[in-house]
Order: sequence, then structure tokens, then C-alpha cells
Amino acid sequence: MPAQPFQQDPSVPPSCVVEVTGVPEKVASTEPVQSVRTPIRMEYTYTPGRALSDYLVAMKDKKIIAERCPETGQVFVPPRGVSPVAGVVTAGKVELPATGYVESFNITRVPIATRPDLEPPYCSAWILLDGASISFMGLVINCEPESVKLGTRVRAVWKPDDELEMAATNILGWEPTGEPDVEIPDIERIGQKGDLE
Amino acid sequence: MREIAIVSFAQRQEPAITSESEVEFMVPLMQQAKEAVGLRQQDMGFTCSGSSDFLAGQAFSFVMTIDGTGPVPPISESHVEQDGAWALYEAWVKLQCGDVDTAFVYSYGKSSPGSLRDVLATQMDPYYVAPLWPDAFSIEGLAARMLLESGKVSERQLAEIASRSREHASSNPHAVRNTPKSVEEILAEEFVADPLRPSDIPASADGGCAMVLAAGDRARELCDRPVWIRGIDHRIDSHTLGARDLTDAMSARIAAEKAGVGRDKIDFAELHAPFTTSEAVLTEALGLGDDVTINPSGGPLAAHTMMAAGHIRFGEAFERIARGDGDRAVVHATAGPVLQQNMVAVLEGE
Repeated sequence: MPAQPFQQDPSVPPSCVVEVTGVPEKVASTEPVQSVRTPIRMEYTYTPGRALSDYLVAMKDKKIIAERCPETGQVFVPPRGVSPVAGVVTAGKVELPATGYVESFNITRVPIATRPDLEPPYCSAWILLDGASISFMGLVINCEPESVKLGTRVRAVWKPDDELEMAATNILGWEPTGEPDVEIPDIERIGQKGDLE
Repeated sequence: MREIAIVSFAQRQEPAITSESEVEFMVPLMQQAKEAVGLRQQDMGFTCSGSSDFLAGQAFSFVMTIDGTGPVPPISESHVEQDGAWALYEAWVKLQCGDVDTAFVYSYGKSSPGSLRDVLATQMDPYYVAPLWPDAFSIEGLAARMLLESGKVSERQLAEIASRSREHASSNPHAVRNTPKSVEEILAEEFVADPLRPSDIPASADGGCAMVLAAGDRARELCDRPVWIRGIDHRIDSHTLGARDLTDAMSARIAAEKAGVGRDKIDFAELHAPFTTSEAVLTEALGLGDDVTINPSGGPLAAHTMMAAGHIRFGEAFERIARGDGDRAVVHATAGPVLQQNMVAVLEGE
């Protein structure tokens, strides 16, 4: 029996018979089951929480809000309300400039089916914002991906003012500023930075 | 076997926590449980947590909450996609192995962002049951109908359980359903899933709890009255609902025997019985007599924080014994539909 095409419509129930052997005569002509599809859809009202809400709300005004660990002084962005180093609640908002440098990057050459807006090759990077203790992820845009280096200075490229939302997607990407590259002296400590101010 | 005790506990349960993320509301609880015995994260030999991605609607959701422990530099840590009672069990095993003397266990769940009745359908077998998309209350309703028809319990007895839970809950600050209701008032309620009424079903809550365990003399150093886990066992019944007797809980029966429930007098029991029917079945399966106070906290009928409710039963029993309201208690946790998985423990004061 040829394989049946995969049923794409979740509202269509799967057929009901497994094997020809031992199947009652009245259903013997029914097609055997090739696969079972269990359509699952669940809806959630997502709550970002206190710290992340503040971060997203500030995004509407093109502001990047971080929070400081009261014990170590480290600055976390985006803030999640807690310092993973000290295990304590972060407090004291810090507004960071929308500039920083590339701490690590990767060039992707394969398209992603669910992201047609990302045309390969593109460059994704860990960007350390000026004043932050931890880098966060973004796309490096408005340049050849091959030109990106560790230490490339970048600044945020924002959506047009009339399209701004309370969302991290307000930052379309990060473009090189043209400033000299930052020298990263302690490259083996990337990801473990603990700049005390 | 090493002696292992619960030495501190902190909990929070509310109808819905909408302003804080899981890690934000867990950090104060984690700190409270540790500070109560003067420990810091680096003093913990092992850390284990229980939660569910399906409740959070997010893959690897537990990773965010680990931040709350202060996991840098790296800690010895594990997670179960289960009620925190199973995280406690994993910590208990780790302590039994003898290489650590302290363990930190926490669990949490927010079911308010989604439909818990539907989320629970995803734990059914994916071929025969899940495609029917059965909601959790309907399944329990089917089991409740079988229980009533078997003559093992009456609707009035179920209403008595519900009424007593509300009465006990009136002195529990963490209960979310604690308004008194008479048996007659409960019997007059409209059905949610016939024969189950609103008072028969769990009181949904958001929240979590945190707990410190310690072994032997380390436990005695940390608090005045450690509450020892004298026996603990967990068993599982068939995944297929039609393959087991839904009017009984065989796995709970076996776990109770292995944990040593019948070896001495029991003062009270904290049962993870989400439905009045579950409590009726468990009381019978665990062999608890009329002299045993069931769910002095009000139980899950008063506050049911998914993924922490079983763990909180250990905490409620700990607090009660630690302050001298009883010496020997049975604690129970469950998972899966209609008491499919069951854990039973016996706790005893120093």
C-alpha cells in the first residue's frame, strides 16, 4: 500500500484502522493508518514580570533599561529581576546607551523557514553594551557580514518612531559605528565578565 | 539508611500572580528557606527543582528560575518535570548516597496564564486519549461516577470532605478557598463536571515553595526540631485509564506499605488529593483511620499550586510537627490523571 500523504488540516481526524491482519470484514477496505496527528493548541497570557515589563515599556521610548545587582554591582540586560551570580533581587534601574561592541559573532548561510525576513548570509552577535556586565544577542546589519570582527563598535538601528511598540523588536539590528575596534584583552573570560563600576 | 530531615520551609500561594515572573516570586522564598537555617547557596550540597514547561508555555522554562539560586560559580543542580515532591525524592536519594549533607529543593507553578484543564490533557497517551482532547475535570468526573456507583462513597460524604477542607483552611493563610460552606450548601451547588461540584475540584493557585533538607547531625545543628523522613516510596499505575480500577489507588496502597505507614500511630495526614474523590480513595488506600486528621491545612481543595502542591504537603506537615502539633504524619503527593502516580512518606519529629 503506498504511503498516504501527511494530513495537514488539523481539523480532519485520523483514520481509524491499524493493520489488515485480523481487521473485521466491514472495515477491511479502510485505509491503514500511516500516522496519527494529535492537534494541540494552547493559549497563554504571558506575563513578563516586573523587571522585563519595565524593560519592554521603556523600549517604546527607545530606551534600554538594565538592572544592577546590589551585591556585586554587575549590570544585567535585559533585566530578569534577579542576579544569577548572587541569587538576589536586582534593583536600581540603569539606562544604558544604545552602543556597544561585538563580543562574539556567527555568520549564518542557511535560511530558516519560519524567518523569511532573515536573508542569508546574515550576522548574529553577542553585543556588550557600554556599561553592561553581560552581552545580549542581536543582528549586525548595514554591513557585509564578513566585515564583522570581535570588538567591532556598533549602535542600535531603531524602527521608525511611528512604529515603536513595547517590544525588543524595536531594535532592528546593530550597525557598525566606524569607530576603531575595541581590543578585548581577556578573550578567555568572555561570558564571565564582572565589570564593577 | 541515613537519617534525613526537613529543616526549613517557605511557601506562597495566591489565586493568580500576574505582576511577577516565576523567578521574581521564587527568589524571596528561596532566601527565606535558606536564611531560616543560616545557610547560603554555596553551603548546599545539592539543589533540585520541580516545575513544568507546559504550564509556563515555554521550553526550558526552569533555566530562568535557576538564576534565583545564584548558580554562579556552578552548583550541583538537577530538575524534574514533576511536582516538587519528586525533586525532594531525588534530593533524598542524593543525600542517601552519602556525599552531601544538605540539599535545597524548590518547586513552583503558575497555571493562571493558560487553561489548566486543557494543559493537563497533554499528559495523556498521544495515540488513543490525547487526540480526544479530554479536559482534566471530565476525566475526574468519569472516575467520580465510577466511585459513586461502586457504593464506596456517597455524594454527601464527598460534600463533607469539601466542607471540612474549608473549615481547616480558615486557619491557613496560604489557602485561596477558605470561606465556610455547609454540606447542604455544597450539595446545592451546580455541577462543573457531573457528579463533581465546584467544591469538589481543586482550588487553583499560583505559587511555589522552597525547602532545606539535611542529614543526621547536620540537621540537628541547623534547627531545634528536625522533621525526619522515616520512610518514602513512590509507585506508578498504568497510563491507560481503562486498565486500572479508578475506584482504588493501587500504587498509593503499595507506596504506603513500603513507606511504613502502618507501623505506628499516625497523628495527621497531608494528602495531595486534588478532588474530594481523590481524598476518599486515598484515605482508604493508605489505611488511615477515623482518628487521623486529614489535611489540617485544607489540602489542595483549599490551594492547589500545580507542580508544588505535593511538595507543599511535605512543608505543611513539617511546620505542624516542628511546632509540636503532632509527632508522626503521613505525607502524600500525586501526579497524572486520577491518582496515577503516588508518593507516600512518613514524617516524624525529633
